[in-house]
Amino acid sequence: MELLNSIFIKPFQDMVAAPDFLLQVLWEGLVAGVLYALIALGFVLIYKSSRIFNFAQGIMVVFAALTLVGLHEKGIPALLAVPLTLVVMLILAIAIERVVLRPLVNQPDIILFMATIGITLFLVGFGELIFGGENKVMITEQLGIPTGSFTFEPFGGFVSIEQKDLTAVIGAVVLVAALLVFLNKSKMGRAIRALGDDHQAALSVGISLSTIWILVWFIAGIIALATGIVWGARAGVSFALEVIAYKALPVLMLGGLESVLGAIIGGLAIGILEKLFEIYWGQPLMGGNTETWFAFVFALIVLLFRPQGLFGEKIIERV
Amino acid sequence: MKMVTMSEAAAKTEAAKPILSVNNIEVIYDHVILVLKGVSLSVPAGGITALLGANGAGKTTTLKAISNLLHAERGEVTKGTIVFEGDQVQALSPNELVRRGCIQVMEGRHCFGHLSVEDNLMTGAFTRRDGKAEINRDLEMVYEYFPRLRVRRASQAGYTSGGEQQMTAIGRALMSRPKMILLDEPSMGLAPQLVEEIFEIVKKLNEEQDVSFLLAEQNTNVALRYAKYGYILESGRVVLDGAAEALRTNEDVKEFYLGVGGEGRKSFRDVKHYKRRKRWLA
Ligand SMILES: Nc1ncnc2c1ncn2[C@@H]1O[C@H](COP(=O)(O)OP(=O)(O)O)[C@@H](O)[C@H]1O
Ligand SMILES: [Mg+2]
Repeated sequence: MELLNSIFIKPFQDMVAAPDFLLQVLWEGLVAGVLYALIALGFVLIYKSSRIFNFAQGIMVVFAALTLVGLHEKGIPALLAVPLTLVVMLILAIAIERVVLRPLVNQPDIILFMATIGITLFLVGFGELIFGGENKVMITEQLGIPTGSFTFEPFGGFVSIEQKDLTAVIGAVVLVAALLVFLNKSKMGRAIRALGDDHQAALSVGISLSTIWILVWFIAGIIALATGIVWGARAGVSFALEVIAYKALPVLMLGGLESVLGAIIGGLAIGILEKLFEIYWGQPLMGGNTETWFAFVFALIVLLFRPQGLFGEKIIERV
Repeated sequence: MKMVTMSEAAAKTEAAKPILSVNNIEVIYDHVILVLKGVSLSVPAGGITALLGANGAGKTTTLKAISNLLHAERGEVTKGTIVFEGDQVQALSPNELVRRGCIQVMEGRHCFGHLSVEDNLMTGAFTRRDGKAEINRDLEMVYEYFPRLRVRRASQAGYTSGGEQQMTAIGRALMSRPKMILLDEPSMGLAPQLVEEIFEIVKKLNEEQDVSFLLAEQNTNVALRYAKYGYILESGRVVLDGAAEALRTNEDVKEFYLGVGGEGRKSFRDVKHYKRRKRWLA
């Protein structure tokens, strides 16, 4: 009885009793969720256009952050280091297309997946070689990201919002919006969607695979840099940053590997739910630290009831 | 019976310079499955040429060899040459071929199901570099030829009818400003009057837009009414070719492909007096 009460009643009583605290929790969850959504988007774009499950997405976050901080350490001004890092990510995309994807086109999916593991190992080694293996601090201030915090006093309580989190959320929203406009309105975006629908037909109308692949890997690179900056500002820049990409897995399980909208909604949902669970159920009942596994368990449970994921693209069948 | 002789065939084709010539090609899938065993054909500039034959004869394989789409199916041209407007096709990527004016409309339409009809059409302009205004003008032209697509422009292609999808696929190819369209089984699964409608448009495009067609069809009857010349393919070989008119009146074609007389469909191979010609073999 006591247990049931603490699972089904007390958490909600707590939420109502301290709405300001609930808002704080929701905000924290939203910030994490925005990042999960971004990373998942990178996966989805690459998967849609090449059927490759990109194992290297996580390490790309680390590599981008390392490159940015590394370039700055070598004396390059922060605001110049950002475009330079983007150039590096573009070169990386071109190299991956040339050296890995093009020779392996038409190989079974598993071979390509293994190739992305190869890319991961290469990036770990290459990153360490150039920038060293020790942890670094993200150049948050140098990038002009405000570090103070706002406080609100809703419901006679107290909510604090860090300015860098707010910047991250705004930045991510702008990035996602730009991406959606690009996908839906531009010629290249249309080609990416076409390739996702029908590979053969895309080839037959002259859509160039090389161009599209370079493009989606570059977009994944941009996303990696954005995530690297935000996550690095919270947790420092080290190879441990890679774990954020693992959080994209349950998001993809929920949202479907091919759905842009699924990645966004799935990411936000997981970010918020795992935070709520941690605060109201995990800490009081399980000693906390539930965020490491909650998302996976949640996704598995959802999949039991909806095997195609929450937003798996409808397969249109028509003769 | 009267055979379509070689010289007659040659006389009909030499009138126009070929835009495409396929010379004795062999195609192998998966390194071992020999599917085309020496196919030769040519398409005159401005012509409609039919490639006929039963299911499995090798029509699609021939078209994909020409548009260089075989790689994606682990197929390979192991012998012979394909020349489009004087250039060897094998050296060009599908992207480059489309840019030069040779585009395939695949069997089964293959529209992009989640894209709107208009977005489908626009993907056909991927290789173009002549600017938005020109592309929009051609979009308008496609809507003139296929008024039904204008009505359906915002619908997801996956939810449109078979006929509309066929129109979308042809319109999409038109958006690339092609000199030649390789059209694979446009009649498949469509009601007779729709088939007629589609072929009428093909004829108009041929006359008004100067697009040459190589048309793969099992529907021999319709194809030979619209084409000027035809090739009949059996088990990866051309067994007969000639002017459409001559083919239509050919007794064997009548019997085996047009369903006139005879008892059921046989193969040319069963016909003793028919000798396979080897004129293209080097
Ligand atoms: N990807 C493939 N791999 C192996 N065999 C194939 C492949 N595609 C077609 N074939 C074979 O090649 C032959 C010709 O097929 P196809 O060119 O599709 O004929 P058609 O278009 O005339 O019906 C058939 O026997 C078919 O089984
Ligand atoms: Mg076929």
